[in-house]
Amino acid sequence: MARNPVLRTFSRHLLKPIAFWLLALPGLWLGWQWGLLLTGQAHGLGFNPIETTHRFLGDTAIRILLVSLAVTPVRDLTRWAPVMMIRRRIGLAAFWYALLHILAYLGLDLLLAAGMSVTGALAGLWRDVAERIYITLGMSAFILLIPLALTSFNRMQRWLGARRWQGLHRLVYPLAVLAVLHHGYMVKGQQLGPWVHGGILALLLAYRLFGTMARNRPQAKASAS
Amino acid sequence: MFSRKHRPWQSREADITPKGLYLDRRAIMAGGGAMALAGLTGCDAQSNALAGQQAGSRQRPVNGSLDFSPTDYSVMDDQTPFPAVTGYNNFYEFGIGKDDPARYASALTTDPWSIDIEGLAGRTGRFALEDVVDFTSLEERIYRLRCVEAWSMVIPWIGVPLSTVLSAFQPSTDARYVQFETHLDRDEMRGTRFPVLDWPYVEGLRMDEAMNELAFLAVGLYGEVLPNQNGAPVRLVVPWKYGYKSIKSISRIRFVSEQPVTSWNRSAPREYGFYSNVNPDRAHPRWSQRSERVIGGNVFARRDTEMFNGYGEQVAHMYAGMDLIENH
Repeated sequence: MARNPVLRTFSRHLLKPIAFWLLALPGLWLGWQWGLLLTGQAHGLGFNPIETTHRFLGDTAIRILLVSLAVTPVRDLTRWAPVMMIRRRIGLAAFWYALLHILAYLGLDLLLAAGMSVTGALAGLWRDVAERIYITLGMSAFILLIPLALTSFNRMQRWLGARRWQGLHRLVYPLAVLAVLHHGYMVKGQQLGPWVHGGILALLLAYRLFGTMARNRPQAKASAS
Repeated sequence: MFSRKHRPWQSREADITPKGLYLDRRAIMAGGGAMALAGLTGCDAQSNALAGQQAGSRQRPVNGSLDFSPTDYSVMDDQTPFPAVTGYNNFYEFGIGKDDPARYASALTTDPWSIDIEGLAGRTGRFALEDVVDFTSLEERIYRLRCVEAWSMVIPWIGVPLSTVLSAFQPSTDARYVQFETHLDRDEMRGTRFPVLDWPYVEGLRMDEAMNELAFLAVGLYGEVLPNQNGAPVRLVVPWKYGYKSIKSISRIRFVSEQPVTSWNRSAPREYGFYSNVNPDRAHPRWSQRSERVIGGNVFARRDTEMFNGYGEQVAHMYAGMDLIENH
């Protein structure tokens, strides 16, 4: 495929900027809507803009995380190697949206509820983590995401070494499960959304599980003979 | 104030409907079940036609403004703007999105509307809404509404006290609870095609709660007939309880001796108890109940949630000696 000159030019010059702007788009939209709201204009955030913001950022973070997990399968299935150039960019975008999601929760819920007292907000955070399972799950997912974001730079990758870096970044699988459970425990009644995210995640995890098993099989035979 | 005086050019319902006809109709409606059967077999075409004629004789407004008088039950807080009250709704029968009810509830046929009165009462059967709620003595109550999702509104409801309505059916002394059901129509209520909850939606009150002076049956808001997304044509309003207790589009009321199994209680018993009194001290696994977002005003506005949503003076006595954390 790389022999196709159009595709090669696209991969080399356009793939990364296009990925960047696509990933930035949800955040730009949200910022624009808040701009409209705060200047008293008609906006698209509904009658509970803070709730809309939480849902929007959370959904975006989970969906981008799922996209980041789909990069390798897409590479395998299409044999289009350059797609790997945007994997880090996608994973980091998931981190930024998750961070905004948490900052919105800290600022627009906990700080406001505590009358802008930081210690009050921290007490509220502790209460939430202890009392509410979906917040426990979501916070755990985010905490696991932090080391992955911090070690995403080339220098950190070299410092860790490929093997340890890859081992560390396998944390993305359990944290994705935690993130989807966080969503599932948050919604009321039986709702479709978390099941769709969960189904896609299950497919992506199954792909890796069976891929690993398929790769290990000939090796096992070779060592047995 | 939004009170609307009776205008001289409007005739009152009582003036239109001859009293004899109106009393006859009540008798016919009481025997509604038997009559429906007769109509099916075609044996009693005459009385069937009569019923049709009389159903047209006592009417209720199905849109536009209502006549009502103000009451002392209203709070002075800023009222939530009409677009928010009618555009931000939880009515899962029309979808789980907050804007789904406003979008899809217009599909619901609210006229004619009947309510099945069942169970331990002197008068039971199928009654037309205009025979359950007296549209000539509507009152306005501006109540706070606290949703379990930690947001709140202030809404000027139009309706009648629930106690007046229930007393008319002469509940027996064994009727310790009253159960309400939301209408269920899979064609008109698109959300019920998904098993979000076990349909139809069921709610209930202890009899003394139902007879409390604050318990209200609303048929309108902001002086107008209730919009479909707010539970047209008739809904419960119990302002000291979380919003989901205030069941919408009621089509069945049953007097029972045992505590009913309510929809949210069945769905998640740890989270939603039978009583569901607003209680900032009872931790909820989803939302902190200590404070609430105020919908419709300043986006950052919050207020501290009060016990019984601030209605303790009228309702606290009903729960004297009860552990309200255990009986949440």
